[in-house]
Amino acid sequence: MFQDYAYVGFFCLIGVIFVLFVFFLSRLVRPHHPTPDKLESYECGELPVGSAWVQYNVRYYLYALIFVIFDVEIVFLFPWAVVYRSLGFFAFLEMIIFLAILIFGLIYVWKKGALKWV
Amino acid sequence: MLTGVSEAVYYILAAIIIGSGVMVVSMKNIFHSALFLVLCFFGVAGIYILLSAEFIAAVQVLIYVGAITILMIFAIMLTARLYSAQIKQSNEQVVPGLIIVSALLVITIFALSKTTWKLSSQAPETQTVAEIGKLLMTTYVLPFEIVSVVLLSALIGAIVIARRD
Amino acid sequence: MIGLNHFLTLSTILFCIGIFGVLTRRNAIGILMSIELMFNAVNINFVAFSRFVTPTALVGQIFAIFIITIAAAEATVGLAIVLLIYRNFKGINVDNINIMKW
Repeated sequence: MFQDYAYVGFFCLIGVIFVLFVFFLSRLVRPHHPTPDKLESYECGELPVGSAWVQYNVRYYLYALIFVIFDVEIVFLFPWAVVYRSLGFFAFLEMIIFLAILIFGLIYVWKKGALKWV
Repeated sequence: MLTGVSEAVYYILAAIIIGSGVMVVSMKNIFHSALFLVLCFFGVAGIYILLSAEFIAAVQVLIYVGAITILMIFAIMLTARLYSAQIKQSNEQVVPGLIIVSALLVITIFALSKTTWKLSSQAPETQTVAEIGKLLMTTYVLPFEIVSVVLLSALIGAIVIARRD
Repeated sequence: MIGLNHFLTLSTILFCIGIFGVLTRRNAIGILMSIELMFNAVNINFVAFSRFVTPTALVGQIFAIFIITIAAAEATVGLAIVLLIYRNFKGINVDNINIMKW
Protein backbone atom coordinates (compact mmCIF):
# COMPACT_ATOMS: atom_id res chain seq x y z
CA MET A 1 0.00 0.00 0.00
CA PHE A 2 2.29 2.70 1.28
CA GLN A 3 5.32 0.80 0.00
CA ASP A 4 3.92 0.91 -3.53
CA TYR A 5 4.39 4.66 -3.43
CA ALA A 6 8.07 4.22 -2.71
CA TYR A 7 8.43 3.88 -6.47
CA VAL A 8 6.67 7.21 -6.98
CA GLY A 9 8.99 8.87 -4.52
CA PHE A 10 11.95 7.16 -6.12
CA PHE A 11 10.98 8.43 -9.57
CA CYS A 12 10.47 11.97 -8.21
CA LEU A 13 13.95 11.81 -6.69
CA ILE A 14 15.47 10.54 -9.94
CA GLY A 15 13.69 13.29 -11.86
CA VAL A 16 15.04 16.03 -9.59
CA ILE A 17 18.56 14.58 -9.59
CA PHE A 18 18.52 14.16 -13.38
CA VAL A 19 17.53 17.78 -14.00
CA LEU A 20 20.10 19.12 -11.53
CA PHE A 21 22.80 16.85 -12.96
CA VAL A 22 22.12 17.89 -16.56
CA PHE A 23 22.16 21.57 -15.66
CA PHE A 24 25.42 21.05 -13.78
CA LEU A 25 26.91 19.12 -16.70
CA SER A 26 25.93 21.73 -19.29
CA ARG A 27 27.41 24.42 -17.06
CA LEU A 28 30.69 22.52 -17.09
CA VAL A 29 30.99 21.99 -20.83
CA ARG A 30 29.32 25.05 -22.40
CA PRO A 31 31.31 28.09 -23.55
CA HIS A 32 30.43 31.32 -21.78
CA HIS A 33 30.83 34.45 -23.96
CA PRO A 34 27.69 36.56 -23.54
CA THR A 35 27.01 39.47 -25.86
CA PRO A 36 23.92 41.71 -25.69
CA ASP A 37 22.48 40.03 -28.78
CA LYS A 38 22.82 36.61 -27.23
CA LEU A 39 21.06 37.73 -24.07
CA GLU A 40 17.87 38.66 -25.94
CA SER A 41 14.89 36.52 -25.01
CA TYR A 42 14.63 35.37 -28.61
CA GLU A 43 17.81 35.44 -30.61
CA CYS A 44 15.87 35.50 -33.84
CA GLY A 45 12.36 36.81 -34.43
CA GLU A 46 10.41 39.47 -32.65
CA LEU A 47 11.76 41.61 -29.87
CA PRO A 48 9.57 41.19 -26.80
CA VAL A 49 7.26 44.15 -26.21
CA GLY A 50 6.78 45.22 -22.62
CA SER A 51 6.81 43.02 -19.58
CA ALA A 52 5.28 39.56 -19.36
CA TRP A 53 3.37 40.71 -16.31
CA VAL A 54 0.59 42.26 -18.31
CA GLN A 55 -3.01 42.15 -17.29
CA TYR A 56 -4.75 39.13 -18.75
CA ASN A 57 -8.13 39.11 -20.37
CA VAL A 58 -10.98 38.25 -18.02
CA ARG A 59 -12.22 35.65 -20.53
CA TYR A 60 -9.40 33.30 -19.52
CA TYR A 61 -10.68 33.51 -16.00
CA LEU A 62 -14.23 32.58 -16.99
CA TYR A 63 -12.98 29.44 -18.71
CA ALA A 64 -10.81 28.52 -15.72
CA LEU A 65 -13.83 28.96 -13.47
CA ILE A 66 -16.03 26.65 -15.52
CA PHE A 67 -13.13 24.19 -15.68
CA VAL A 68 -12.85 24.07 -11.88
CA ILE A 69 -16.53 23.26 -11.43
CA PHE A 70 -16.45 20.41 -13.93
CA ASP A 71 -13.14 19.17 -12.55
CA VAL A 72 -14.89 18.68 -9.21
CA GLU A 73 -17.63 16.78 -11.01
CA ILE A 74 -15.01 14.30 -12.31
CA VAL A 75 -13.99 13.55 -8.72
CA PHE A 76 -17.48 12.24 -8.04
CA LEU A 77 -17.73 10.39 -11.34
CA PHE A 78 -14.62 8.35 -10.61
CA PRO A 79 -15.71 6.35 -7.50
CA TRP A 80 -19.13 5.99 -9.04
CA ALA A 81 -17.60 4.34 -12.10
CA VAL A 82 -15.66 1.92 -9.89
CA VAL A 83 -18.75 0.61 -8.08
CA TYR A 84 -21.28 1.05 -10.89
CA ARG A 85 -21.53 -2.66 -11.74
CA SER A 86 -22.30 -3.77 -8.22
CA LEU A 87 -24.93 -1.12 -7.51
CA GLY A 88 -26.92 -1.20 -10.72
CA PHE A 89 -29.79 0.99 -11.80
CA PHE A 90 -30.18 3.06 -8.65
CA ALA A 91 -26.60 4.34 -8.89
CA PHE A 92 -27.20 5.12 -12.56
CA LEU A 93 -30.27 7.17 -11.66
CA GLU A 94 -28.41 9.05 -8.93
CA MET A 95 -25.62 9.96 -11.31
CA ILE A 96 -28.11 11.06 -13.99
CA ILE A 97 -29.70 13.45 -11.47
CA PHE A 98 -26.26 14.72 -10.42
CA LEU A 99 -25.21 15.34 -14.02
CA ALA A 100 -28.56 16.84 -15.02
CA ILE A 101 -28.23 19.51 -12.33
CA LEU A 102 -24.71 20.39 -13.50
CA ILE A 103 -25.64 20.31 -17.18
CA PHE A 104 -28.31 22.86 -16.35
CA GLY A 105 -25.46 25.10 -15.24
CA LEU A 106 -23.59 24.46 -18.49
CA ILE A 107 -26.71 25.40 -20.48
CA TYR A 108 -27.07 28.57 -18.42
CA VAL A 109 -23.43 29.51 -19.10
CA TRP A 110 -23.90 28.77 -22.78
CA LYS A 111 -27.08 30.86 -23.06
CA LYS A 112 -25.39 33.69 -21.20
CA GLY A 113 -22.70 33.70 -23.88
CA ALA A 114 -19.81 33.15 -21.46
CA LEU A 115 -18.45 30.39 -23.69
CA LYS A 116 -18.29 32.69 -26.70
CA TRP A 117 -14.88 34.20 -27.45
CA VAL A 118 -15.71 37.74 -28.47
CA MET B 1 6.98 -1.81 6.67
CA LEU B 2 10.59 -0.98 7.17
CA THR B 3 11.08 0.64 10.52
CA GLY B 4 11.92 4.27 10.28
CA VAL B 5 10.87 4.79 6.67
CA SER B 6 7.41 6.12 7.43
CA GLU B 7 8.90 8.35 10.14
CA ALA B 8 11.44 9.75 7.70
CA VAL B 9 8.75 10.30 5.05
CA TYR B 10 6.50 11.98 7.60
CA TYR B 11 9.19 14.39 8.76
CA ILE B 12 10.25 15.25 5.20
CA LEU B 13 6.64 15.91 4.19
CA ALA B 14 5.97 17.91 7.35
CA ALA B 15 9.04 20.04 6.68
CA ILE B 16 7.89 20.65 3.09
CA ILE B 17 4.35 21.54 4.19
CA ILE B 18 5.34 23.84 7.04
CA GLY B 19 8.18 25.48 5.13
CA SER B 20 6.10 26.20 2.05
CA GLY B 21 3.15 27.23 4.22
CA VAL B 22 5.31 29.84 5.93
CA MET B 23 6.50 31.01 2.52
CA VAL B 24 2.89 31.30 1.31
CA VAL B 25 2.01 33.73 4.07
CA SER B 26 5.30 35.66 4.06
CA MET B 27 6.45 36.10 0.44
CA LYS B 28 6.54 39.63 -0.93
CA ASN B 29 5.52 38.56 -4.41
CA ILE B 30 2.04 37.06 -4.36
CA PHE B 31 2.79 35.00 -7.46
CA HIS B 32 5.63 33.22 -5.65
CA SER B 33 3.20 32.59 -2.81
CA ALA B 34 0.93 30.79 -5.25
CA LEU B 35 3.82 28.58 -6.41
CA PHE B 36 4.68 27.68 -2.83
CA LEU B 37 1.00 26.91 -2.30
CA VAL B 38 1.35 24.25 -5.02
CA LEU B 39 4.30 22.72 -3.17
CA CYS B 40 2.33 22.75 0.08
CA PHE B 41 -0.63 20.99 -1.55
CA PHE B 42 1.68 18.33 -2.95
CA GLY B 43 3.08 17.77 0.53
CA VAL B 44 -0.43 17.37 1.93
CA ALA B 45 -1.18 14.84 -0.84
CA GLY B 46 1.87 12.90 0.35
CA ILE B 47 0.50 12.97 3.89
CA TYR B 48 -2.77 11.49 2.63
CA ILE B 49 -0.85 8.65 0.99
CA LEU B 50 0.96 8.09 4.27
CA LEU B 51 -2.49 7.82 5.90
CA SER B 52 -3.45 5.24 3.23
CA ALA B 53 -6.07 7.54 1.73
CA GLU B 54 -5.03 7.22 -1.89
CA PHE B 55 -8.20 8.56 -3.39
CA ILE B 56 -8.09 11.71 -1.26
CA ALA B 57 -4.50 12.22 -2.38
CA ALA B 58 -5.56 11.96 -6.02
CA VAL B 59 -8.45 14.37 -5.40
CA GLN B 60 -6.05 16.75 -3.66
CA VAL B 61 -3.73 16.81 -6.65
CA LEU B 62 -6.60 16.99 -9.14
CA ILE B 63 -8.59 19.78 -7.49
CA TYR B 64 -6.20 21.76 -5.33
CA VAL B 65 -3.07 21.60 -7.48
CA GLY B 66 -4.77 21.26 -10.83
CA ALA B 67 -7.71 23.58 -10.47
CA ILE B 68 -7.79 25.89 -7.46
CA THR B 69 -4.17 27.04 -7.70
CA ILE B 70 -4.55 27.62 -11.44
CA LEU B 71 -7.61 29.73 -10.70
CA MET B 72 -5.62 31.69 -8.11
CA ILE B 73 -2.79 32.28 -10.58
CA PHE B 74 -5.31 33.48 -13.17
CA ALA B 75 -6.78 35.86 -10.63
CA ILE B 76 -3.29 37.13 -9.77
CA MET B 77 -2.54 37.70 -13.44
CA LEU B 78 -5.84 39.54 -13.83
CA THR B 79 -5.00 41.89 -10.99
CA ALA B 80 -1.48 42.39 -12.30
CA ARG B 81 -1.15 45.95 -11.03
CA LEU B 82 0.42 44.51 -7.91
CA TYR B 83 3.66 43.77 -9.68
CA SER B 84 4.34 47.28 -10.86
CA ALA B 85 5.87 48.29 -7.54
CA GLN B 86 7.13 46.35 -4.57
CA ILE B 87 4.02 46.94 -2.53
CA LYS B 88 4.10 45.93 1.10
CA GLN B 89 2.10 42.74 1.32
CA SER B 90 1.51 42.53 5.04
CA ASN B 91 -0.33 44.96 7.29
CA GLU B 92 0.58 46.30 10.72
CA GLN B 93 -0.93 43.30 12.53
CA VAL B 94 2.15 41.11 12.12
CA VAL B 95 3.33 41.26 15.74
CA PRO B 96 -0.11 40.87 17.41
CA GLY B 97 -0.93 38.19 14.85
CA LEU B 98 2.24 36.32 15.67
CA ILE B 99 1.48 36.48 19.40
CA ILE B 100 -2.12 35.28 19.00
CA VAL B 101 -1.17 32.50 16.62
CA SER B 102 1.64 31.19 18.77
CA ALA B 103 -0.63 31.28 21.82
CA LEU B 104 -3.22 29.28 19.90
CA LEU B 105 -0.56 26.84 18.77
CA VAL B 106 0.76 26.29 22.29
CA ILE B 107 -2.71 25.84 23.78
CA THR B 108 -3.83 23.42 21.07
CA ILE B 109 -0.71 21.28 21.23
CA PHE B 110 -0.96 21.23 25.04
CA ALA B 111 -4.58 20.07 24.74
CA LEU B 112 -3.53 17.45 22.19
CA SER B 113 -0.89 16.01 24.47
CA LYS B 114 -3.41 15.75 27.32
CA THR B 115 -6.10 13.96 25.33
CA THR B 116 -6.38 10.20 24.96
CA TRP B 117 -8.11 9.14 21.76
CA LYS B 118 -10.12 5.99 21.26
CA LEU B 119 -7.64 4.49 18.86
CA SER B 120 -8.41 1.43 16.82
CA SER B 121 -5.70 -0.99 15.79
CA GLN B 122 -7.53 -2.46 12.81
CA ALA B 123 -5.79 -2.48 9.46
CA PRO B 124 -6.95 0.35 7.19
CA GLU B 125 -9.23 -0.26 4.25
CA THR B 126 -7.26 -0.94 1.09
CA GLN B 127 -9.99 -0.66 -1.56
CA THR B 128 -10.70 2.95 -0.70
CA VAL B 129 -12.09 4.06 -4.06
CA ALA B 130 -14.69 1.30 -4.27
CA GLU B 131 -15.66 1.79 -0.62
CA ILE B 132 -16.00 5.55 -1.07
CA GLY B 133 -18.09 5.01 -4.19
CA LYS B 134 -20.40 2.64 -2.35
CA LEU B 135 -20.80 5.04 0.58
CA LEU B 136 -21.47 7.97 -1.75
CA MET B 137 -24.14 6.02 -3.58
CA THR B 138 -25.88 4.64 -0.49
CA THR B 139 -25.40 6.32 2.89
CA TYR B 140 -24.29 9.73 1.66
CA VAL B 141 -26.47 9.98 -1.41
CA LEU B 142 -28.27 13.10 -0.20
CA PRO B 143 -25.07 15.14 0.41
CA PHE B 144 -23.83 13.82 -2.91
CA GLU B 145 -26.82 15.22 -4.75
CA ILE B 146 -26.68 18.46 -2.79
CA VAL B 147 -23.06 18.89 -3.86
CA SER B 148 -24.25 19.20 -7.43
CA VAL B 149 -26.63 21.97 -6.38
CA VAL B 150 -23.78 23.71 -4.53
CA LEU B 151 -21.58 23.46 -7.62
CA LEU B 152 -24.40 24.75 -9.80
CA SER B 153 -24.95 27.76 -7.58
CA ALA B 154 -21.19 28.41 -7.42
CA LEU B 155 -20.96 28.24 -11.23
CA ILE B 156 -23.89 30.56 -11.84
CA GLY B 157 -22.91 32.92 -9.03
CA ALA B 158 -19.30 33.20 -10.15
CA ILE B 159 -20.27 33.76 -13.80
CA VAL B 160 -22.77 36.45 -12.84
CA ILE B 161 -20.23 38.18 -10.59
CA ALA B 162 -17.20 37.91 -12.88
CA ARG B 163 -18.79 38.82 -16.21
CA ARG B 164 -18.47 42.37 -17.39
CA ASP B 165 -21.88 43.47 -18.65
CA MET C 1 5.96 4.89 14.97
CA ILE C 2 4.03 7.80 13.56
CA GLY C 3 0.77 8.10 15.48
CA LEU C 4 -2.35 10.21 15.44
CA ASN C 5 -0.77 13.02 17.46
CA HIS C 6 1.91 13.60 14.84
CA PHE C 7 -0.68 14.33 12.18
CA LEU C 8 -2.80 16.43 14.52
CA THR C 9 0.25 18.52 15.45
CA LEU C 10 1.10 19.02 11.78
CA SER C 11 -2.45 20.10 11.01
CA THR C 12 -2.45 22.47 14.01
CA ILE C 13 0.72 24.14 12.77
CA LEU C 14 -0.67 24.44 9.25
CA PHE C 15 -3.92 25.88 10.61
CA CYS C 16 -2.01 28.46 12.66
CA ILE C 17 0.02 29.45 9.59
CA GLY C 18 -3.27 29.93 7.77
CA ILE C 19 -4.69 32.11 10.54
CA PHE C 20 -1.53 34.19 10.55
CA GLY C 21 -1.88 34.71 6.79
CA VAL C 22 -5.52 35.77 7.10
CA LEU C 23 -4.62 38.24 9.85
CA THR C 24 -1.63 39.83 8.13
CA ARG C 25 -2.10 39.67 4.36
CA ARG C 26 -3.19 42.88 2.68
CA ASN C 27 -3.89 41.22 -0.65
CA ALA C 28 -7.34 39.63 -0.95
CA ILE C 29 -5.95 36.73 -3.00
CA GLY C 30 -3.32 36.17 -0.30
CA ILE C 31 -6.12 35.88 2.25
CA LEU C 32 -7.91 33.32 0.08
CA MET C 33 -4.67 31.31 -0.17
CA SER C 34 -4.35 31.30 3.61
CA ILE C 35 -7.94 30.08 3.87
CA GLU C 36 -7.03 27.21 1.55
CA LEU C 37 -4.16 26.34 3.90
CA MET C 38 -6.65 26.15 6.75
CA PHE C 39 -8.95 23.92 4.69
CA ASN C 40 -6.01 21.61 4.12
CA ALA C 41 -5.26 21.49 7.84
CA VAL C 42 -8.85 20.49 8.55
CA ASN C 43 -8.71 17.81 5.87
CA ILE C 44 -5.54 16.33 7.36
CA ASN C 45 -7.43 16.12 10.67
CA PHE C 46 -10.39 14.34 9.13
CA VAL C 47 -8.28 11.83 7.22
CA ALA C 48 -6.02 11.19 10.22
CA PHE C 49 -9.00 10.50 12.50
CA SER C 50 -10.48 8.30 9.81
CA ARG C 51 -7.24 6.33 9.62
CA PHE C 52 -6.62 5.91 13.35
CA VAL C 53 -10.06 5.90 14.97
CA THR C 54 -12.32 4.24 12.39
CA PRO C 55 -9.94 2.59 9.89
CA THR C 56 -12.64 0.58 8.13
CA ALA C 57 -15.48 3.12 7.96
CA LEU C 58 -13.90 5.83 5.76
CA VAL C 59 -16.40 8.44 6.97
CA GLY C 60 -13.61 10.97 7.45
CA GLN C 61 -12.46 10.52 3.89
CA ILE C 62 -15.98 11.15 2.59
CA PHE C 63 -16.04 14.34 4.65
CA ALA C 64 -12.67 15.34 3.23
CA ILE C 65 -14.00 14.94 -0.32
CA PHE C 66 -16.99 17.13 0.49
CA ILE C 67 -14.72 19.74 2.08
CA ILE C 68 -12.48 19.80 -0.98
CA THR C 69 -15.55 20.25 -3.14
CA ILE C 70 -16.82 23.12 -1.03
CA ALA C 71 -13.34 24.64 -1.10
CA ALA C 72 -13.39 24.61 -4.89
CA ALA C 73 -16.81 26.27 -4.94
CA GLU C 74 -15.60 28.82 -2.39
CA ALA C 75 -12.49 29.59 -4.41
CA THR C 76 -14.43 30.20 -7.63
CA VAL C 77 -16.94 32.54 -6.03
CA GLY C 78 -14.32 34.20 -3.81
CA LEU C 79 -12.01 34.96 -6.69
CA ALA C 80 -14.90 36.22 -8.79
CA ILE C 81 -15.68 38.64 -5.95
CA VAL C 82 -12.00 39.63 -5.85
CA LEU C 83 -12.16 40.43 -9.57
CA LEU C 84 -15.25 42.55 -9.04
CA ILE C 85 -13.50 44.41 -6.21
CA TYR C 86 -10.49 44.95 -8.45
CA ARG C 87 -12.72 46.39 -11.14
CA ASN C 88 -14.48 48.80 -8.79
CA PHE C 89 -11.62 49.81 -6.48
CA LYS C 90 -8.66 49.51 -8.91
CA GLY C 91 -6.83 47.36 -6.38
CA ILE C 92 -7.41 44.40 -4.10
CA ASN C 93 -5.80 45.57 -0.89
CA VAL C 94 -8.36 44.86 1.77
CA ASP C 95 -7.27 47.94 3.75
CA ASN C 96 -8.65 50.16 1.01
CA ILE C 97 -12.00 48.47 0.82
CA ASN C 98 -13.64 50.31 3.67
CA ILE C 99 -16.78 52.00 2.34
CA MET C 100 -18.89 49.79 4.60
CA LYS C 101 -16.82 50.87 7.58
CA TRP C 102 -18.47 53.38 9.79
